[in-house]
Amino acid sequence: MGVVQIIVFCAVLLAIVPLLGGYMARVYTSERIRPVERLVLKLLRVEPASQTWKTYAASVVLFSLVSWLLLYLILRTQTAHPFNPNGFNSGTWDLSFNTVSSFVTNTNWQFYGGETTLSYFSQMAGLAVQNFVSAAVGITVLIALIRGIASKPLGNFWQDLTRTVMYVLLPISVVGALLLASQGVVQSLSDWGPVASQEIIKLLGTNGGGFFNVNSAFPYENPNGFTNFVEMLAMLAIPASLTYTYGRMVGSRRQGWTVFGVMFTVFVIGVVAVYLAESSVTPAQQAAGLTGANLEGKELRFGTGGTALWTVVTTATSTGAVNAAFESLTGIGGLIPMVNLGFGESIFGGVGTGLYTMLLYVLLAVFIGGLMVGRTPEYLGKKLEAREIKLVVLALLATPLLVLVTTSLALGTGHGGPSIYASGPQGFSETLYAYLSQANNNGSAFAGYTGYLQPEAGNLGANGVTFADLLGGLTMLIGRFVPIVLTLALAGAMRNKRAAPAGLGTMRTDTPTFAGLTVGTVVIVGALTFLPAFLLGPVVQGLTTQLF
Amino acid sequence: MKRNLITSAIAVVMFTLVLGLAYPLVVTGVAQVTFGDNADGNPDLIAKDTKADPRYFQPRPSQTEYDPEATFFSNRGPNSSAARSFYRDQLAAYIALNGQYNPGLTNDKVPADAVTTSGSGVDPHISAQNAAIQARRVAAVRGIAPERVDELVEQATDGRFLGLFGEPGVNTTKLNEALDR
Repeated sequence: MGVVQIIVFCAVLLAIVPLLGGYMARVYTSERIRPVERLVLKLLRVEPASQTWKTYAASVVLFSLVSWLLLYLILRTQTAHPFNPNGFNSGTWDLSFNTVSSFVTNTNWQFYGGETTLSYFSQMAGLAVQNFVSAAVGITVLIALIRGIASKPLGNFWQDLTRTVMYVLLPISVVGALLLASQGVVQSLSDWGPVASQEIIKLLGTNGGGFFNVNSAFPYENPNGFTNFVEMLAMLAIPASLTYTYGRMVGSRRQGWTVFGVMFTVFVIGVVAVYLAESSVTPAQQAAGLTGANLEGKELRFGTGGTALWTVVTTATSTGAVNAAFESLTGIGGLIPMVNLGFGESIFGGVGTGLYTMLLYVLLAVFIGGLMVGRTPEYLGKKLEAREIKLVVLALLATPLLVLVTTSLALGTGHGGPSIYASGPQGFSETLYAYLSQANNNGSAFAGYTGYLQPEAGNLGANGVTFADLLGGLTMLIGRFVPIVLTLALAGAMRNKRAAPAGLGTMRTDTPTFAGLTVGTVVIVGALTFLPAFLLGPVVQGLTTQLF
Repeated sequence: MKRNLITSAIAVVMFTLVLGLAYPLVVTGVAQVTFGDNADGNPDLIAKDTKADPRYFQPRPSQTEYDPEATFFSNRGPNSSAARSFYRDQLAAYIALNGQYNPGLTNDKVPADAVTTSGSGVDPHISAQNAAIQARRVAAVRGIAPERVDELVEQATDGRFLGLFGEPGVNTTKLNEALDR
C-alpha cells in the first residue's frame, strides 16, 4: 500500500504542475495591474518600474533587514502582547537571534519548542508573516533570474512581492487552512492556538517551522492520512510548478519539463531508498529482538509509506517540517535527507530558491558540456562567458563551503559539544545535519542537537546555547543572502546578452541526454563534496550493527 | 536607499496586519463557526495515559508521558545501546502485561508499534496485531465476551483515506471510552 500511495502522489503532483505553473506564469507576465495590487503599490508608494539587478537586490536585502528587526522586537517583547493565554515570557537574546534569522531566511530551523515558549501573537503576527514573505522573496528572485534569461527587464521587486503574496500564497492558504481545519487541525485563539492558518503556509511556502515542537507529527497539525497527503502536496506544489512557469516564461515548455525531469528523477530515487531503509528495524531494535519496520519516532497513522515520502519531500524541498523524528531514522534513512541537503536544495528545493539553484546547476552543466564538445557554451542562445560562470560557481560553492567550515568549527573548537545529545557517529551526524540544514535554509533537524535549555515552560529561567544559536543564525543568513545576491547579479548579466539563433552544432538543453548530464553535475558537485563527511556519520551507521 | 528603507517599513507593517492578523483571525472565525468543537481540538486524536491499567488498551509508549502540552521526540538513534536497553524493557513489560492471556507470546511476536515511542508522544493508534493481543487481556480482566471486545476494536479502527493514504490503526482513546460505556 505504501508504494501505491507514493505512485498516486506523484501522479497528482504531475497533474498540478501545468495548472499551477501556468497560472503563476500569467501572474508574473501580466501587464495588467489588478485592484488589490494597485492598492498595495499605492500604499507602498511604488511605481512598478523595472529595476536594475542592484536595485532589485538592495530591495530584497532591505526588506529582509526590516523584517528581521520587527520579528526580533516581537519575540523579545512577548510579555506585552495580546493572545498570550499561557503568559509566556520573552525569548532570550541568543535564541531569538537564531529564531529570527531562521524565519527571515525561510529556513525555520527551531531550537525552541513552539507550544512552550511562544504566544499566539508571536506565532501569527511574527513567524507566520515571515512564512509568507520569506517564501515570496525566494520566488521574486527566481522570477527576476528567469526574466534575465529571457532577455526581459528584470521587473520590480515590490510588484513581484505583492503579486506573489496576494495572488499565489494567500488565496491557496485560505482554502488550504480551511481544508485542514475541516479534518481536525486546530484553529482557535483560546485552546491550542491558530494552527491551521500557520500549518498551510508553513508547507506551501516550504518554510517548515512547526506550531508545536514535534511539528507535523502532532495530531493537531496532521491528524490523518488525508491531511498528510495534502500537506506533502502543499510542500511540492509551488517548487514543482515553477519549472512549468519557467518553461512558459522562456518560451520553451520543453526546457521546463527537462528541469522537472531532472528533479523528479533524483526525488524518486530518494523516496525508494528511504522507504526500503525504514521498512526494516534498526541495529538497536534488532539487538533487542524486534522485527518488522522501524517505527521509533513515527506515527502509526502515516505508516512507512507516508513517513518515507514525507521525509524526502521535506528535505528535497527546503521545507524541513517533519512528521517523524529524523534522529530515529535508520542510518541510510537519515543519509538520504542529508544528501538532499547536500544537493543545495535544488531537487525541487524551496519556493523559488530551489529552481534558481537548479538553474545554476543547469548553467554549470552547459559549461561542462561545452567544454566536452569543444564549443563556447551557450544556453537558450546566450553565450556563457567568464563572468557568468564565475557567478555560477561562486553561488554553488558558497553553501558547501559554509557547511564544512561551520561543522568543523563546531566540532574542532569544542564549543559545539554542549549541543550534542548522542554519542558515537550519531553525535557527528547531529552536528553535520545541523549546519547542512541551516546553511541550505532547510530547517529539519536531528533534534538531539540543541541550542536552548528550558527548565520549565514559558522561557522562565531558560537560556540559549550561545555558540550554537549565533553560529547557526549567521550560517542561515549567509546561506540565504550570498546566493541571492549572486543569482541577481547573474540575472543582470544574462539580461544584457544577445540571444543568437541556435545553429547546427548547438548543444541542445531540452533532451534526456542533457538531463542526464545535469543530474551528474548535481550529484558530483552537490553530494560528493560531502562524501567524506557522510562516511563518518550516517554511512557508518547504515553499515554497522555495532551499538554506541 | 532611504526610499527603499521607507518602502520596506511600510511593507513589513502592512503585511503584518494583513497576513499576521487579518488572515489568521478570519480563518479562526470561519473555522470556529463551521467546524465547532473540532477547531478547538478533538480529544479523540490524542492518546490518553492508561498507566498500564490492564482493563484498558495501552497506547504506544510515550517519551513525554502522554503530555500533549510539551511535546518532544525521543531522539533514540539507530545505533544507540541505550535504545536497545529501552526496547528490552518495553518488551519485558509488554509480555508481562499480556503474556498470561496470550500463551506463547515471545519477543519476535510483539508488534513493533507496542514497544517503540511514537513521534508525537500522543499517537492514539495501535496496530491491529497489537490490538488483537491486548483484546484477550481486556476481555479476560473485564469479564466480557471476546467477541464483544473484537467488535469494539473493529468500530474504533480508522482505515486509510480512500483506501490508499496512511495506515489503518485502532484508536485507543475512542476504544477505551467505548469500553467504559
